[in-house]
Amino acid sequence: MSVQERQRASWRALLEYYRSQFAIDISLNTAYRGATAIWVFSSIMQPLVSLVVWRTVAGPDGEAGGFTADQYTAYFIMVLIVSNMTFIWHMWEFEWRIRTGAFSPLLLRPIHPIHNDISENLSFKVLGLVGIIPAAIIIGIVFNADFGGTTPIHILAFIPALLFAMALRFIVEWTLALAAFWLTKVSAINNLFDVMFLFLGGQFAPLDVMPGWIQSLALFSPFPWSIAFPVEVALGQRSGTEILVGYGAQLAWIGIAGAVLTLVWRRATSKYSAVGA
Amino acid sequence: MTEHRDTNPAITVRDLRKTYVVPEREAGLKAALTSLVRRKTREVEAVRDISFDIAPGEIVGFLGPNGAGKTTTLKMLSGLLHPTSGEVDVLGFTPWERDRAYLRQMALIMGQRNQLQWDIPVIDSFQLNKAIFQIPETDYRKRLDELVDWLELGDLINKPVRNLSLGERMKCEIAGSLLHYPKILYLDEPTIGLDVAMQRKIRSFVAEYNARTGASVMLTSHYMADVEALCKRVIVIHHGTLLYDGDLAGLAREFAPQKTIVVEFEEGEPVPDDRLQAMLPAEASIVSRSDAGLTLTVPKSETARLAGRLLAELPVADLNIEEPPFEEVIEKVFESEAKPVSERAVTA
Repeated sequence: MSVQERQRASWRALLEYYRSQFAIDISLNTAYRGATAIWVFSSIMQPLVSLVVWRTVAGPDGEAGGFTADQYTAYFIMVLIVSNMTFIWHMWEFEWRIRTGAFSPLLLRPIHPIHNDISENLSFKVLGLVGIIPAAIIIGIVFNADFGGTTPIHILAFIPALLFAMALRFIVEWTLALAAFWLTKVSAINNLFDVMFLFLGGQFAPLDVMPGWIQSLALFSPFPWSIAFPVEVALGQRSGTEILVGYGAQLAWIGIAGAVLTLVWRRATSKYSAVGA
Repeated sequence: MTEHRDTNPAITVRDLRKTYVVPEREAGLKAALTSLVRRKTREVEAVRDISFDIAPGEIVGFLGPNGAGKTTTLKMLSGLLHPTSGEVDVLGFTPWERDRAYLRQMALIMGQRNQLQWDIPVIDSFQLNKAIFQIPETDYRKRLDELVDWLELGDLINKPVRNLSLGERMKCEIAGSLLHYPKILYLDEPTIGLDVAMQRKIRSFVAEYNARTGASVMLTSHYMADVEALCKRVIVIHHGTLLYDGDLAGLAREFAPQKTIVVEFEEGEPVPDDRLQAMLPAEASIVSRSDAGLTLTVPKSETARLAGRLLAELPVADLNIEEPPFEEVIEKVFESEAKPVSERAVTA
């Protein structure tokens, strides 16, 4: 078998794996549809609260940080969608996996454990859309969303921005989660990371309302490229070169996290003590 | 025990060692506060320089009390744990490098751990394993039929795992873990918590799997019936040290210095106590005594001589010399000091 044929076979095998794993993950998420629904509901609440707060700050006819009340609605609707599509909880799961030894079966499969988590994560997001999309539409109607800046070009540009953001946030957080191999208890780091996301990612408010130095700092972190950037592209607030620079920043962070992951993966798993497993 | 010497071993272990570093602190608030600034750790030697070979197709019982280092060893052999030092070669691979070609040829089944998904039918987990291990469709169908047949799974595979009893779940766990027909099988207490009938079923399945596929099997179990039924050879480990590696019968020879003599007297010819006592060496002890006969334990070196005297001088209808029960031997082994009993035992 030539190298190319071998490569093709291994891609086919990976695709076959994803098909089976994804089917199982969907069944699992639907088996616990009550819990899934509550998760989705709670993920709607946070942007909804921010939306109400910032609409009040802007007032019925005025604006705050360059946004009118109705533009805030559009902003937080997009935050809701992008947050759902980029959400990853595995940082929290790693601690449990390592403490209890639940990681063992995944490590003994002839396939990298990250594929299990990608599939699990995607299935949750796809199911989540069933609740998120109707919620976004209802919020848009009730709070009179202003998508005036969005053009078909921006919608097209939004698709890669969203896909890169999904990959970026997944790989950054999954790599960071490996800290659990050394520290075991990583909840504190996770909390810090989530708070940074809230403020520097644009989940709490558009970055434009933040002080200038925070905005500059944020640009050198992965946070705004995971949430704020795709949201701003969709709303038509970024164009031309800005969009290309954004894609570049996203790809750079994916590359950095990927390289760190490759470098530390073997070292991390050599720390695994498989307690009780 | 010598028949596997002429083939290349499937598993080679040399000077394998695993030391865990564990945090240590005393109870109480003061110790807790002190540990904030100054952490004390302690090294625990779970496995100390053990070496052995296992031949292709061999079933080996891996015995030791709780905390002896059995599971740690199996975790290193399967590739979950990196050792502190030492070398392991399994089918030409170093397990902890977790080469996919290695992982596709081995299975680690732990009686206390689930690998099947709890909330979905068993068959769905099997399908996933088919994709994970890249099992071709025709092989998968054939093996599934065989495993369902051997383990008498019937309709169980269509039920969600949470609806199965412990024994049913274990059978499904085993089937799921073996769909890729591993050449190396590590079984860590596969019959734990199961009823006697289910234990027997799993035992006969392991024997059948070994016979049909020629897989090498390492088995840990606290049920000596498992070991007696399946393993010609046992490796005993205690406090991380290899105590014995050899055949099952040799274990009794090595660790049980006494034999049991069971004597039945001719009917209506009771033997007075004083006559009996006069014959017995000081080291012999009477386990039970009645007019019909007696049971006594004697040092091995005295057994033949005493049996001869008993036969010659007493009205004996029947006399049996027995090795102590395996359970008893193993109990003695576990109570022994953690050092190799003899070089011969370890290198046997």
